[in-house]
Amino acid sequence: MELHMLWFVVIAVLWAGFFFLEGFDFGVGILAITLTRDEDERSQALAAIGPVWDADEVWLIVAAAAIFAAFPAWYAGLFAAAYLPLLLVVVCLVVRAVSIEYRLKRSSGHWQRRWDVGIALASATLPLLFGVLWAGLLQGLPIDASGRLSDLTGLEIISPYSILGGLAVLAFSLAHGAGFLALKTLDPIRGRAAAWAGRLQALAILTMAAFVLWTGLQFSRGDDWVFVAGAGCVAAMVLALVATARQRHGIAFGLNAVAILGYVAVIFIALAPNAIPSSLDASADLTLAAAAAAQYPLTVMTIVLVIAFPVVLLYQGWSFWVFRKRIALPTRS
Amino acid sequence: MDDSLLVDLSRLQFALTTLYHFLFVPLTLGLGPIVAIFATLAYRTRRPEWEQLARMFGGILLINFAMGVVTGLVQEFQFGMNWSGFAEFVGGVFGAPLVMEGLLAFFLESTFLGLWVFGRDRLPRALHLACLWLFVIGTWLSALFILVANTWMQDPAGFQLDASGNAQLSDLVAMAVRPFVLAAWIHALLAGLITAAIVVFGIAAMHLARRRHLETMRRAWRTALVVGITAGVLQGGVGDWLGVIVTDRQPMKLAAAEANWEDTGPCAGFSVFAIPSMSERRNLVDIEIPCVLSLLATNSLDGSLPGMNPLQAQAEQAYGPGDYTPNVWIQYWAWRGMMGLGLLGVGWMVIAAWRTRRGRLPEGRWFWRVSTWIIPLPFIGSLLGWIVTENGRQPWVVYGLLKTEDAVSNLSIGLVATSLLVYLVMYTSFAVVEFRLIRRVALTGPAPLESDEPEPKQPMALV
Repeated sequence: MELHMLWFVVIAVLWAGFFFLEGFDFGVGILAITLTRDEDERSQALAAIGPVWDADEVWLIVAAAAIFAAFPAWYAGLFAAAYLPLLLVVVCLVVRAVSIEYRLKRSSGHWQRRWDVGIALASATLPLLFGVLWAGLLQGLPIDASGRLSDLTGLEIISPYSILGGLAVLAFSLAHGAGFLALKTLDPIRGRAAAWAGRLQALAILTMAAFVLWTGLQFSRGDDWVFVAGAGCVAAMVLALVATARQRHGIAFGLNAVAILGYVAVIFIALAPNAIPSSLDASADLTLAAAAAAQYPLTVMTIVLVIAFPVVLLYQGWSFWVFRKRIALPTRS
Repeated sequence: MDDSLLVDLSRLQFALTTLYHFLFVPLTLGLGPIVAIFATLAYRTRRPEWEQLARMFGGILLINFAMGVVTGLVQEFQFGMNWSGFAEFVGGVFGAPLVMEGLLAFFLESTFLGLWVFGRDRLPRALHLACLWLFVIGTWLSALFILVANTWMQDPAGFQLDASGNAQLSDLVAMAVRPFVLAAWIHALLAGLITAAIVVFGIAAMHLARRRHLETMRRAWRTALVVGITAGVLQGGVGDWLGVIVTDRQPMKLAAAEANWEDTGPCAGFSVFAIPSMSERRNLVDIEIPCVLSLLATNSLDGSLPGMNPLQAQAEQAYGPGDYTPNVWIQYWAWRGMMGLGLLGVGWMVIAAWRTRRGRLPEGRWFWRVSTWIIPLPFIGSLLGWIVTENGRQPWVVYGLLKTEDAVSNLSIGLVATSLLVYLVMYTSFAVVEFRLIRRVALTGPAPLESDEPEPKQPMALV
């Protein structure tokens, strides 16, 4: 395998890691306002992601940086073309981070409610937008024969198909977040989250199955691996639903990792060998090979990745282990 | 479409968002180690005062760090969104340190800060302390990778241009291991330490003035003085070292910072007040101290420095017609502002160290007020330092290789104006909240430790 294709796979894994880890952060961020009855319960729900969400977000930073470094033309083309959606992404990321940090800095109910709404809105918008963006990329961007993208606002990527892609990721995040809360908290949140995890998982299966099917039919370019990955994704989600119904939330959590890897595989297999397909003219597609950086920088990054990434996985896993205790309702002092 | 308006708006947006980002960065770089010193002293002495200080300033560190992370993420996204010409040209060089920053620094910072803040009751004491130091190492590594990338924009090295004209890394060591990078890195770290020391110093002054929390705040005050003055003295040397490197590698940047239009000849004077005219390409007013500039910029009294007019002529020969002179007015005054504010802040700390020697607490109200009021100085100084660095490389975004006007994304003016407005509104409102929150933490002072803390060992019990 050529080095740039290795980085294509690495980027897919980084995005899957981001969707898996931030997925439950997003889900918890939304459920913290919909599933709770008062400030204390909200604090209980949000405490489940308190120590880890910031490190989870680093997966996005690295996933974006990896595209920048390994495929500069892909990064430049995609980010400039999706200007308005990405501006909204940035705003939501800032609002969410600030809201999580600030909500506990004062103990007034009014103050906390305001930031909790910010967390919920941003947490709902982000998975929706990322789902829309990846589906929108598969549809292609208007690259003309000279290889230029121009006069775009980014709203061009919005279509029934890309919205379905957004809803699939949003529903996945909600179900994943509910399962995470069922796994990580004590009652009263635990019971309610467990009850909702099943319903949300069923919803996630429906939207995700529709999305991967549509992707396979319209964008697979005859590559049957898209269907294989899609079937794997949906199968893992169905098994996760069975596990959820039997209150085995740990197993469901693990199966969701397989599911999201399947989702990202669907996108990346359908995308390859292109980085940005042209919606105007197939001969104007920006291919991965054309967008890739040279061998030397890719080699340097590969060496760093091979050494550093296992260590990162170890200590990030360890931090989850340190915070494995279920979270109780905060006691009023 | 008006291209120059697009470039100006994009530059304004990037400048404002970067400067905003850099309000948080130096405080994180400097406050991390200071909180780690407090925590280490708490670990070794088991005195509650150090623990209280670690928690109080740890609270400020946490708020500040979160803002630094997200405003940094905005910058990463902007490289692609607003500067796609830049992203495509530099990705093969610039991307590698960015990926390394993520893998080697960001994961370390965010994971171990989470462990330190939330893991107090779940980790053994030594391990809990180690988490904080790992966070500090992460922030310092992060600064290193960013300065490797930024220094490459100032002075490209270790790369080749590929067939499509884009830069590709060809020698990591040549790019990353060189005096320019080392000097810029240490310069930024020392600026961070000075900034954080002045923040701790100013907050301690608020409490000492009212004779509150004396046991904790005297300790904070002394720590801040030791860190701040040491870093300030070292900064004098490192700043000079960096100045000599810049003189060598980016002569136009220094010539503009000194408002030297013509070659100086030996024994160049250091200008203390100048009114440069960009249109006439000369100074309307210029007051100089003889020979000092030669000494500062070349470390010798008879060093000569090139002026902007000859450098402009050289650049036209090398790169074709165009304006290769940065805005001299900004460059000249930003550089003086940076040095002046740095000297003022550190100088006041030296005075304060003398006035509070051997535990004295001056009566006068003004002494304490001024000690608090100097808090903004190092922040403004840091921002001016970046203005000198980045304004001084104009019209280039990558020195000698890519002009700013060729780096910008081909966007409509309306889009860029929209995002600029969004950033302005969002950043201004969060700056207000952030300032109020930090002020509250500062005014409240150290919180008493909970009773479930392990009690300090009672020496009486041993008798």
